[in-house]
Amino acid sequence: MTDSALSARRPRRWIAVVRGLYARPSSAIGASLVSLFVVLAVFGPLMTPYGPIEQTFTQRSRPPSLHHYFGTDHLGRDVFSRVVAGDRDIFLLAGSGTLVAVVVGTLAGLLATYRGAWVEEITYRFFDSVLAVPALLLALLLLGSLGPSRTSVLAVIAVAYTPIVARVVRSVVLDTKTKEYVLAARMQGESLAFILGREVLPSVLPALAVESALRFSYAIFLVASLGFLGVGVQPPNPDWGLMVSEARDFVYLTPWTLVFPALGISLLVVGVNLLADGLKRVLQVEVSA
Amino acid sequence: MSGGVPLLAFESVSVAYRRGRRWSRAVRGFDLRIGAGVTYGLVGESGSGKSTLALALLQVLPPNGRVVDGRILFRGEDLSGWSRDRLRNEFYRQVAMVPQDPLPSLNPAHRIGRQIEEVLDPRGMPTGPASEVRRRALGMLEAVGMADPERVARAYPHQLSGGMQQRVLIAMALAGEPALLVLDEPTTNLDVTTEATILDLVRGLVADRDTAVLYVSHSLGVVAELCDRVAVLYAGELVEDAPTADLYRQPRHPYTQGLFDSVPRLGTTRRAVALRPIPGRIPLPQDLPPGCVFEPRCPIAVDACSRARPELEPAGEGWARCIRWRDIVDGSADPHQPAPPARTPAGGGDVPVALDVSGLRKRFPLRRSLLEVLRGAPQRAVRAVEDVSLTVRQGRTLGLVGESGSGKSTTARAILGLDPPSAGTVTLAGQVVAATMAGRSPEAIRRLQMVFQSADEALNPYRTVGAALRRPFRRLAGLSREEAEVRVARLLEDVQLTPAYAARRPAELSGGEKQRVAVARAFAAEPEVLVFDESVSGLDVSVQAAILNLVGDLQEERGTGYLFISHDLAVVSFLADYVTVVYLGHVMEAGPAGRVLSPPYHPYTEALLSAIPLLDPGAERSHIRLEGEVPSPVDVPSGCPFHTRCPRFLGEVCVSEEPPWRQTEEGHGVYCHIPLDELRATQAPAFRFAAAEGPAGGRGDDVADAAPAGAGDQGDGDG
Repeated sequence: MTDSALSARRPRRWIAVVRGLYARPSSAIGASLVSLFVVLAVFGPLMTPYGPIEQTFTQRSRPPSLHHYFGTDHLGRDVFSRVVAGDRDIFLLAGSGTLVAVVVGTLAGLLATYRGAWVEEITYRFFDSVLAVPALLLALLLLGSLGPSRTSVLAVIAVAYTPIVARVVRSVVLDTKTKEYVLAARMQGESLAFILGREVLPSVLPALAVESALRFSYAIFLVASLGFLGVGVQPPNPDWGLMVSEARDFVYLTPWTLVFPALGISLLVVGVNLLADGLKRVLQVEVSA
Repeated sequence: MSGGVPLLAFESVSVAYRRGRRWSRAVRGFDLRIGAGVTYGLVGESGSGKSTLALALLQVLPPNGRVVDGRILFRGEDLSGWSRDRLRNEFYRQVAMVPQDPLPSLNPAHRIGRQIEEVLDPRGMPTGPASEVRRRALGMLEAVGMADPERVARAYPHQLSGGMQQRVLIAMALAGEPALLVLDEPTTNLDVTTEATILDLVRGLVADRDTAVLYVSHSLGVVAELCDRVAVLYAGELVEDAPTADLYRQPRHPYTQGLFDSVPRLGTTRRAVALRPIPGRIPLPQDLPPGCVFEPRCPIAVDACSRARPELEPAGEGWARCIRWRDIVDGSADPHQPAPPARTPAGGGDVPVALDVSGLRKRFPLRRSLLEVLRGAPQRAVRAVEDVSLTVRQGRTLGLVGESGSGKSTTARAILGLDPPSAGTVTLAGQVVAATMAGRSPEAIRRLQMVFQSADEALNPYRTVGAALRRPFRRLAGLSREEAEVRVARLLEDVQLTPAYAARRPAELSGGEKQRVAVARAFAAEPEVLVFDESVSGLDVSVQAAILNLVGDLQEERGTGYLFISHDLAVVSFLADYVTVVYLGHVMEAGPAGRVLSPPYHPYTEALLSAIPLLDPGAERSHIRLEGEVPSPVDVPSGCPFHTRCPRFLGEVCVSEEPPWRQTEEGHGVYCHIPLDELRATQAPAFRFAAAEGPAGGRGDDVADAAPAGAGDQGDGDG
């Protein structure tokens, strides 16, 4: 905020980042795919002619047509509407779960690593013990005790990914905290919040942006896997994993009910990964320039 | 060097690097001929292209660089046509290189002995202790001055100090009996005492073997110590090439003269002689001036200089790329940069004390293993600082010198409260301040500030210069945003930058500009005492000179006391009014600079002074070299900590008893068993200049003769 007067003279940073992303074909594809899914998630309800759980009994198991772009399933629900609604769902669930993990992981990582000594030791030993349990097993454990619901899925993502984010933050902070500009800030009697927020955090951001994107793609997988296993989002919600799971029985009759949600999962995950890879390159160039 | 084919010849070699789609020439039209057995120095500042030339010679340019013009001839044959195999079998057998940083060149997984054996016998199998190859490897280690070759051969690289690693690499380089040895700044990261022994070593080995040497360095002093001929490189062009003695007596290029005038010489002080930095900065290869590359910074440039690139002309026994070199030689052109305005000499007498540190101690406890705890083993500690007392006076500079590992930086950090001291008190303006930073009042923090070592690390790369400078005004002086902006602009002008710099980020600044900003930030809080921790060590000499002048001027304007920490005694002698010499956390000698740097002095000070490379190839001087390494601070020697390496070791008394603090007049003290009169009788001044620019050895007199008028306040009426 204090830099607003100065930043007016140089191109805004995010514009430079977007330009950098579109300079390479792979990251341009990633950014475009992710943008497409974001637009679908935001404007989905305006574009879909049917509700996600709206059934039309006369139109069951129809192949894709002009009325039903992706066809309908065995209950007469419009697959396109369900895929779009599922997109919205997965952004909300995986997105907010990742967000919680990133915020908590960053705060814990910054504080514990900067303080060092026993605070760091205890925090990271705890995170290590969480990491020792495989994510899917952890999810099954948590969902078993909390009961399957959206909130539980969100909690699973947050618990599973906070330690990973914290580790990434730690690796950067360990290097940054001994830098002379951090000592200089201490020499000027700056508060802990200022040092962490203004001096240390900026150096964490590039790595954090990349890791957040990666975590998000894994969260999409996790949500879909849990839905597929039937312990996550419950029917009749239009979850992609759940839709794939339900469509398994009809794969020869109505393959479109399986293909489109599966395509949604893979395209979004591929897109987010390409974007993460592109971000990494662009942000590295930004810093060294 | 006429007649016969030279061992190595560069014939108008140009090297270009590709950036994006453009090729820019980092080196242009470089000529050099090295005959067998000649020691050649290649001198230049960063950006001059000296490392590029070394890489081009060894045929190891990075993928985006290539020789675009000219030829590099080895024994008369153009190297560019050689296949990889031929290079390996013929060229690399006869040419060896010693790099600046030895550790990456040693394999961390193999013992030193095995690595040397591999050079001696590349296809051999690992050998037993009695083999011929092993014997030769041990012989090599002995030849490079290892006291205990057996032990070194068994060691892994990380177990050796930097100086010993560098010796090992020299041993490996010489093991193949090369005809040409390329040394790329091999002593830049080493202490002066280690540097001196390495230079002695190279000099001796080369003389025995008739090996030609190309010694790449930024230091004119080191080159003067070692080389027969010197080539000076500037912005990718050879500007002067001459026999060493000629070059140092009469430079024929204004850039060479500028380099000499930028280096502080032992025995000159800023109160007597100002350094003359070269204004501006070295041009980048992509935007070179149309004429002479040095023209924009040259004090004697004429119109013709900006029109055409001057040719390399024969000058005396060497070469110079300057159309006015004859004018320089006959005295009709003055190649010196204009001298900065004269300054008022410091007043003598008693100046109020700004910072007093007494009995400072800092130990870092070592972790004991569980077994040691159970056995009741004593708690051991790294004794970084054992007993350091020092006083910084208002408007005066105290220089703190010592080798690496002597505890200089730990002392600074303990005083500042960054690492609270284990014992001792810090008194600031008459008040004892808390040991930790957290315990200090904002006022105490404001009074004591620091300028850090590395210009690259001292500024946050993500924040603008303005944002960094505004904080101290806002926080420590409590100014409003608008007031702070005004002060930032004024401060930037004080450090000779423009207010426009406030909007820049560190990546857009040169090394010298970054260090100016770092100095500005420290001054923003208007401290009473400023600690400089090796703050000019990493800079090129011409930039360093400008910063030293700036720092000196700011002290005179503001009356700030400085604690100036450096391993470079010449810089300290130039800047400091008082000097404290530390070794293994103990003060060895302290007092006014003139007294400390002339006899009688502590044997350690004597050795330090003797090790400094002088800018004068013919200088007579004492030749004292310290044996061995600085002992580990975990096991500080008993009695006098210096007794293990002392050239004037007396015997039992030095081992068993702590030396007395022998006080002389004017607050000068020496921590030694040898009586001062005896020291005085046996010690000669460590330096004497053949060609006097500054008054030789007159440092003590400067202090004594200084006008007492106006003592205490700093003259700001210099118009």
